[in-house]
Amino acid sequence: MDFGLSSDQVLLHDTLVRLLEDVAPLERVRAYAENDDDGGAEIWQALSEIGVPGLLVDERHGGAGLGVLDAALVAQALGAHVTPAPFVASAVLAPLALRLAGSAEQQAAWLPRLVSGATTVGMALAEHTGAREDTGVTARDGRLVGRALFVQDIDADAFVVAARDRTLHLVPADAAGLTRASLVTIDRTRRWGELVFENTPAEPLAQGDAASTLAALVDHGRVMTAADTLGAAQHMLEAAVAYAGQREQFGRVIASFQAVKHLCAEMAAALEPCHALVWYAAHALDAVPGEAHLYACHAKAHLAEVGTQVAKTATEVHGGMGFTDLLGLHYWFKRIGLNRQTFGSPERAREDAARAQGFA
Amino acid sequence: MDLSFGPRYEAFRHELREFIAAHLEQAPRVTESRVLNPRDPQLLAWQRLLVEHGYAGRTIPREYGGYGAAPDMLEARIIAEEFATAGVSPGISGQGIMMLIPTLLEFGTEEQRRRFIAPTLRGELVWCQGYSEPNAGSDLASLKTRAVLDGDEWVINGQKIWTSTAHLADWMFCLVRTEPAAPKHKGISFLLLPMTSPGLEVRPLKTMTGDASFNEVFFTDVRIPADSMVAGRGDGWRVANSLLGHERGMLGNPNVTLARFNALVELLKRETVDGRPLLEQAALRERLLRIQGRMLALRANDLRVLSARLNGSNAALAAMIVKLEGTELRHELERLAIDALGELGVLYRGSPHLREDGLWQQHYMYFLGLIIGGGTSQIQKNIIAERGLGMPREPGLK
Repeated sequence: MDFGLSSDQVLLHDTLVRLLEDVAPLERVRAYAENDDDGGAEIWQALSEIGVPGLLVDERHGGAGLGVLDAALVAQALGAHVTPAPFVASAVLAPLALRLAGSAEQQAAWLPRLVSGATTVGMALAEHTGAREDTGVTARDGRLVGRALFVQDIDADAFVVAARDRTLHLVPADAAGLTRASLVTIDRTRRWGELVFENTPAEPLAQGDAASTLAALVDHGRVMTAADTLGAAQHMLEAAVAYAGQREQFGRVIASFQAVKHLCAEMAAALEPCHALVWYAAHALDAVPGEAHLYACHAKAHLAEVGTQVAKTATEVHGGMGFTDLLGLHYWFKRIGLNRQTFGSPERAREDAARAQGFA
Repeated sequence: MDLSFGPRYEAFRHELREFIAAHLEQAPRVTESRVLNPRDPQLLAWQRLLVEHGYAGRTIPREYGGYGAAPDMLEARIIAEEFATAGVSPGISGQGIMMLIPTLLEFGTEEQRRRFIAPTLRGELVWCQGYSEPNAGSDLASLKTRAVLDGDEWVINGQKIWTSTAHLADWMFCLVRTEPAAPKHKGISFLLLPMTSPGLEVRPLKTMTGDASFNEVFFTDVRIPADSMVAGRGDGWRVANSLLGHERGMLGNPNVTLARFNALVELLKRETVDGRPLLEQAALRERLLRIQGRMLALRANDLRVLSARLNGSNAALAAMIVKLEGTELRHELERLAIDALGELGVLYRGSPHLREDGLWQQHYMYFLGLIIGGGTSQIQKNIIAERGLGMPREPGLK
């Protein structure tokens, strides 16, 4: 029995944290968020050089062949640094879709490009965790018709699209009959958008059972999003404790006031067990199939709640400074806010968990 | 990451499951109020059976009436999990077994161990813990009950409060001030005394649950032999502290919470409103699932703490939050059952239509007591902030 991170995993996380402090400091995140500059590509390039895009890909396709827990640690580090990076879709979900539903030819064609970081793939799955408006995509005879909203990484080179019948399709961004538009979310560190398909040619990912592949994509997306929130919330808690230790009022640092200490303790008490929950959920996706779906739903929903609590409380501990753009704390607040809604709101994820247990 | 316990432990788990299945008739269920009564004959018989098979008192040496197995956290974990999953009592868990026996094993004399451990383990000797005083609650080390050596006897005067099970107990272990000139933490000693001692008076302190599960205990020239002390004069604070961490880990145990959660799910399936099962109510289900999410986080956290103890790594903050989070979660879990039952949920002991002996209400109120007792939630937050997050201590009043 060993429930914890291996020394290799700790090293992976620490290496990534050091790299991100170097290549993705807040100034660069801010530039990306404010000006749509190309800094995101440089960050992805730096992450690609240490093998991040190929983390989960088999060694025979040039990847590192690591596990979902390793990927969760990467997502956590990216969340902690509010890093603009197409990690979840291109490095976790696209390789998973290809592994579960891609033919040998499709794997050989796409995986090496994903591993090198040269190609990014966005995800159009949101219709399956709560379709809004009249969205939905219909697949017929190798062509797609309809509209996908809340597409992850709208600037990607290609997209995995889940049609109404749960079949998966690969579509290059420059395909005929495909129109894409960006959405402006509160979180400018990542790009979401909308795809309109007008008889757009698409390549089906047709191996295996489509419904279970889609379910696996959603479960992995939920755990990665939970890990991202975990990192972001952990950063906010640490920032709040550090700020309270410096800021003086009434002749003492505000960290010495019980009112402030208790806010920080409440954040820590809620957040600390989330590390273990995310580890368990990530590990279960690789090793405990019977519990994987339940834990994915709960990790996503619970981190959404705790993340929201921490985002609010940590901002309050910073007082007026927390509310300013100057400090930049709002980037974490907004990252957590967006994560809460994607891959299904917490209410949706809990209802999925209820259904999985026969409660609903 | 390796969640498997390995074949030896799986065999142990299998054996335990078979034991529970074979003795289900005799086993008190966690939904019965008898599990709270240390004199209940069925519970005592169950305790003796568990000791005999090594599922209670497992690591207590044989010469003191235990099973004599080597300490093994995984076995302990499996025992806790299996009893919780089956919804049956894991035996007596009073302060004698949870607190005094470990204290005697660590600090007691050979004579004290031989005299007290075996009957305590069998449930024949019921103990109470005399720590808190009217003016020494969160600041326990300022306690004032004093013991003065007179010849070969200690003479005790003072008062204890919040003494759970004092009205049922045969003996008390308590903290008293024996060295009034020493600094407050260094002047305390740990004494054992019979509840039948002349000059000792127990007044029940009826709580909101309706039970007098706590008491006030008054000492007026209570005389006990000089050798009634565990460890040395002035060692009491150190002795007590080595076990307080243990008590806090015990309160809010996620395996017990799991057993209550499963009972709650059964309740929501079984009970109806307007002829429909409660579980079909989306609003109740949402609350149930929120509780489950928090519970799974605490269970994973518990695995992390266990694993860190096994391999000697650090999970101090993860251990520190258990009492606070665990007791708050339990209180909320019990409250959901009451809300789900509606008017049936406010029925109490003796009422027609009462569900499960009124245990949902009893636990709901009792866990509010546990949020306060064993270090209040506010004290827990101070500990988490100061020791866990490194924030400065409250400046003392000059």
